[in-house]
Amino acid sequence: MSTRTVDLVDYDDAVRRYDPVLGIEVHVELGTVTKMFCGAEVEFGGEPNTQVTPVSLGLPGALPVVNRTAVESAIKIGLALNCSIAESCRFARKNYFYPDNPKNFQTSQYDEPIAFDGYLDVELEDGTVFRVEIERAHMEEDAGKNTHVGGAGGRISGAEYSLVDYNRAGIPLVEIVTRPIEGVGERAPEIARAYVKTLRDIFRALDVSEARMERGNVRADVNLSLRATPESPLGTRTETKNVNSFRSVERAVRYEVSRQAALLDAGDAVVQETRHWHEDRGVTSSGRVKSDAEDYRYFPEPDLVPVAPARSWVESLRAAQPELPVERRRRLQGEWGYADAEMRDVVNADAIDIIEATVAAGSSPAGARKWWMGELARRAKSAEVELAELPVTPGQVAQLQGLVDSGRINDKLARQALEGVLAGEGDPEQVVVARGLEVVSDDGPLLEAIDAALAAQPDIAEKIRSGNLGPVGAIIGAVMKATRGQADAGRVRELVIERTSA
Amino acid sequence: MSTISRDEVARVAALARIDLRPDELDRLAGELDVIVDSVAQVSAVATPDVPATSHPLPMTNVYREDVPVPALPVADVLAAAPDAQDGRFAVPQILGEE
Repeated sequence: MSTRTVDLVDYDDAVRRYDPVLGIEVHVELGTVTKMFCGAEVEFGGEPNTQVTPVSLGLPGALPVVNRTAVESAIKIGLALNCSIAESCRFARKNYFYPDNPKNFQTSQYDEPIAFDGYLDVELEDGTVFRVEIERAHMEEDAGKNTHVGGAGGRISGAEYSLVDYNRAGIPLVEIVTRPIEGVGERAPEIARAYVKTLRDIFRALDVSEARMERGNVRADVNLSLRATPESPLGTRTETKNVNSFRSVERAVRYEVSRQAALLDAGDAVVQETRHWHEDRGVTSSGRVKSDAEDYRYFPEPDLVPVAPARSWVESLRAAQPELPVERRRRLQGEWGYADAEMRDVVNADAIDIIEATVAAGSSPAGARKWWMGELARRAKSAEVELAELPVTPGQVAQLQGLVDSGRINDKLARQALEGVLAGEGDPEQVVVARGLEVVSDDGPLLEAIDAALAAQPDIAEKIRSGNLGPVGAIIGAVMKATRGQADAGRVRELVIERTSA
Repeated sequence: MSTISRDEVARVAALARIDLRPDELDRLAGELDVIVDSVAQVSAVATPDVPATSHPLPMTNVYREDVPVPALPVADVLAAAPDAQDGRFAVPQILGEE
């Protein structure tokens, strides 16, 4: 790997002088029970080579059979991307040699993808909508996983040997390919990121994949080229492979813009190649020179017959399409009465589902947001887990807020109750009872505490009696302390005034 | 008339990971020529009303339900591996490619 320093042009300067054009390929691993072409069960994190059949291993004579659910998922994705669904399409062999590909070809689709000619409207953070044209979405299979042993820290070059696990080989993938995305200007990184995120949200809404970026369920290859002006012909592009987080998509685009601008400024040519993204250093490095499609020697897969989805099937899937994320966000924002900025924070925190479940369990929308975006968000962040992984359910949060709304506990006690829930002490109701957290609603104990506080601070008591309500807070504070925070401060104030005016 | 050059044979052989000697490159360039010319004759007689055939059987939509079958035991999976380690296939180092 080359270690020479790469010249970079300042990003803002680069996009003032060059027009960037994007092209994005996104692979999504479908969440089917079994693989694309055989019944091997798919489960994340299995022991190596425990989820393989003769088909996954490409053993001689093994014959593939298409997973109906995978085809259905591919059609659902195509429909959500406003694509036409092929009347008939077929699989093709993409030939290449690499140890993670046991058959020496990947079963994919080439000239006849299942879905084509669509678009996706992508909403940017400031509300601008940018339309991305979709060229195609096709079905294929994932490869196995290589682990490089020896050499410098597990990198490919310098490895002494590699170990291969074929559990992932044959997992159904859908690859979505955009047309050149033009007119992005200086917003190229933001648009690339928003596009991938919007797709991720759609995969989840369609329930076709868990779409977890950190597990590599969704992987993006980002093509980028620069040209002098929007009227110039397209420049030479690079393809940065396997960019696997939203933030990396944004950073990789920025980096390639700066790098290519420096080459063009120096009068050098951009090399058409694949590049690797290095998350740690925020740079790309040269991979292999990009193969032409003809190098893959695609030909129709003779072992699989064409897929010709009946129009009735396609139409029934279209009719059953769930509400898509953009529509849902608008509907929920209206229902919940959140301000734009509040809703944006909720979306960016991936908290929509959990807040919706909390509201469905009976919480007020404001209460649900207060807990999930406040106390619980802080705890999730410090524990480095997702909100949904915290040991508290939406139902419990709704119950907690219900206890606050009914006046049985105040916010301070509610935080203690939540503490108990997170510690595994049961539902908020149980914790409140077990820890004795309820607000003291009986005036008797409050009056006792007030009398004691007035007696303990005679100067203050005298001032209040003479009509100076300024120091009343000191008495309330003493009462709150005596009742361990379980008094309703408003009621205490009323009682203090009653008591001193008698 | 030769349409397949020696360089093209070498390139295709490299893509297919076939190691050819110089004399084999020369011989295959000639043989591939004959094959390509023969196929070209089919193209000459094919008319637009004859649909391209990639599958001989008039059959579509052969599906499998998304139901698991037992996986191969790991010992069987690795039985044919030239070398294995930690339940995985051990293969020679992979250089620079991706």
